[in-house]
Amino acid sequence: MDLLTATKELSEAAGVSGFESEVQSLIRTQWEPFVDEFRQDALGNLIAVRRGNTPAGESRRSVMLATHCDEIGLMITGITEGFLRITEVGGIDPRVLPGQEVTVHGRQAVAGIIGLRPPHLMQPAERKKPVPLSELFVDVGLSQEEAESLFDVGDPITLRVEATELRGERLTGKALDNRVSVAAAGYCLSLLKGMNHSWDVYAVATSQEEVGLRGAIVSTYGLMPDLAIAIDVTFGAAPGLPETETFKVDGGPTIGFGPNAHPAMYTMLVDAAKAIEMPYQMEPIPGRSGTDGWALQVSRSGIPTALIGIPLLNMHTPVEVVAIPDVRRTGRLLAEFIRGLDSSSLDAMTFSLPGDEDEETASAGATC
Amino acid sequence: MILKELSEAAGVSGAEKDVRDILAEAIRPHVDTLRVDTMGNLIATRQARIESREKPLRVMVAAHMDEVGFMVTQIEKSGLLKFSSVGGLDPRVLMSKKVLIGSNRVPGVIGGKPIHLMEDSEFDKVPSIDQLTIDIGATSKESAEAVIKVGDYAIFATSFSPLGRSEGENGPRLVKGKAFDDRAGCTVLASLLQADYPVELVGVFTVQEEVGLRGAHVAAYSVDPDVAIVLEGTICNDLPRDKEASPVTRVGCGPAISIADRSFIAHRGLVDLLIETARQEDIPYQFKEPGMGGTDAGIIHITRSGIPSVAVSVPSRYIHGPVSVLSLNDLEHTVALVKAAIKRLDKWPVVGEQGNQEKR
Repeated sequence: MDLLTATKELSEAAGVSGFESEVQSLIRTQWEPFVDEFRQDALGNLIAVRRGNTPAGESRRSVMLATHCDEIGLMITGITEGFLRITEVGGIDPRVLPGQEVTVHGRQAVAGIIGLRPPHLMQPAERKKPVPLSELFVDVGLSQEEAESLFDVGDPITLRVEATELRGERLTGKALDNRVSVAAAGYCLSLLKGMNHSWDVYAVATSQEEVGLRGAIVSTYGLMPDLAIAIDVTFGAAPGLPETETFKVDGGPTIGFGPNAHPAMYTMLVDAAKAIEMPYQMEPIPGRSGTDGWALQVSRSGIPTALIGIPLLNMHTPVEVVAIPDVRRTGRLLAEFIRGLDSSSLDAMTFSLPGDEDEETASAGATC
Repeated sequence: MILKELSEAAGVSGAEKDVRDILAEAIRPHVDTLRVDTMGNLIATRQARIESREKPLRVMVAAHMDEVGFMVTQIEKSGLLKFSSVGGLDPRVLMSKKVLIGSNRVPGVIGGKPIHLMEDSEFDKVPSIDQLTIDIGATSKESAEAVIKVGDYAIFATSFSPLGRSEGENGPRLVKGKAFDDRAGCTVLASLLQADYPVELVGVFTVQEEVGLRGAHVAAYSVDPDVAIVLEGTICNDLPRDKEASPVTRVGCGPAISIADRSFIAHRGLVDLLIETARQEDIPYQFKEPGMGGTDAGIIHITRSGIPSVAVSVPSRYIHGPVSVLSLNDLEHTVALVKAAIKRLDKWPVVGEQGNQEKR
């Protein structure tokens, strides 16, 4: 599997939150050779099942990989004189929109441009302020009648960006948040095909993360995995950004530590990274992780959860940047972690009490 | 088509070579002389081929080759590039755009701070250009210097393609691309140089219009024409807005004739010639809203002892940004209108307070 090509294709596919079918078709094609079964649930999550070689007499255990496949985008709120009025889906900074090319997904996928009035025609004070989203519109080069025949209020709009290689094995494009994690999961599945692993793997391309982790909430409930890992992007380090909240691009994936991450999972992932001599970064996450992991951890009676981050620059803009080596490393880390899971792995998840000694206590984080 | 090639070529003010080369190739078979002057203006002469007066009028038609863009001003230790604009750019269109740097067209991105890490107060501000950087993926000064250098020019990485309905259907035949200001004008001029006229047509593809009409300044002096027509891709603002505000020009309504803009007041005789020609030839036309913008005519009309001048433009939405939109119908009507007007010029009185026909 050519990871760079797979990542580019994923970046360019359309899948605004709630409208993920195009990118999920692509994901099916990419994951098919490594997966036993595909399912789709009521909220549009795409679930890929890869069964492990569970030894006879042991219970089947499963680990869920959650990689949200939806992207931020726009949506039509009105059609005026052939131009489209818009609102955001997920957190887009409207300041990046003037002059941006987009694709409008109506009855056909149509190219458009987000226009703004020429500065020559504005008051000096106006020119200094960003144009609010309500004053931006999409120019599709059509008349009112033509636009109405092709589009409806509510149609989704994606940023139109050709994924492009930069120096240093970096890639820039839209929706790298979170298509790079989808690519990493696919790479992990391809590696697992050549490995012996006893646990089952649910690789879930979750829907609607950007609007409230909604896909993760319901898919986890439905699958009831024993362990869960959320793979998302994290803030890449760049001049002018707080050093404490950002991580070196091409420095390896981050492994999250904090209340949202089970400490034993954290340790197991660090051990896995060391075992394959792979660079990783520790990401302190003192509260909400802003990822599917926040939902996974509290599904039903709770699931031990880990958080992996791929450092990304310019998050939520049309020019996100990632290092492909970090995507590859993430895939390898996941595969190594999964390979090492066995019948005793869940024991590590228990929180012991004073005086426990060798007794097994009920697992604090397992599902019922 | 030549508009596509011109639109995608790199030609920021001061580095117009690629555009000049494309145009020279295209017009060479049709012109009698071709030269490049000290500033880089491409000057092509097509002698009169239709019977006229003993000394045919010399008509200069100008279109500028340069586009607004960027220049790399510093390479930081981090490998990120500082840059400034060349020509007037609205800083609000810079955030999160892709660029191509230098003659090797090295791709880079003008990055953006994630909204998650911004203070509330930052949302109200547009970052100024000195707060922005270009990222080519280099992580050190040395690795950046391997492929680009300070002083390299950069352009928006915009490709040319149709917009709206598919080709062949009725409609305005819209296209999108960068630098329609003024590659649209250059396309019109390249076409004009292929027809026969009763005047000596001097086509001047000027340089450095965007940084102060610099190329036209010297070209007008050395060409010393009797009359000048400037071709532009102009401001078009036909977007939904308050009813009272005029759209400056509208896409699909034909070439826009300038009565006056910030840089000059057009010679009324030439304006009347264009209107008369349009009516007789049944070519759609509109007027550009007076008082907006400036063109090479601003310097041409006050060169030497004055040159009667007029400007005709192809309406283009979103000029001075990464991607503009124009109508191929408007472009073709502009060619038709100016061609027919020049053919009538030798019989049209260009006299009065603003000019003297018998200069030489």
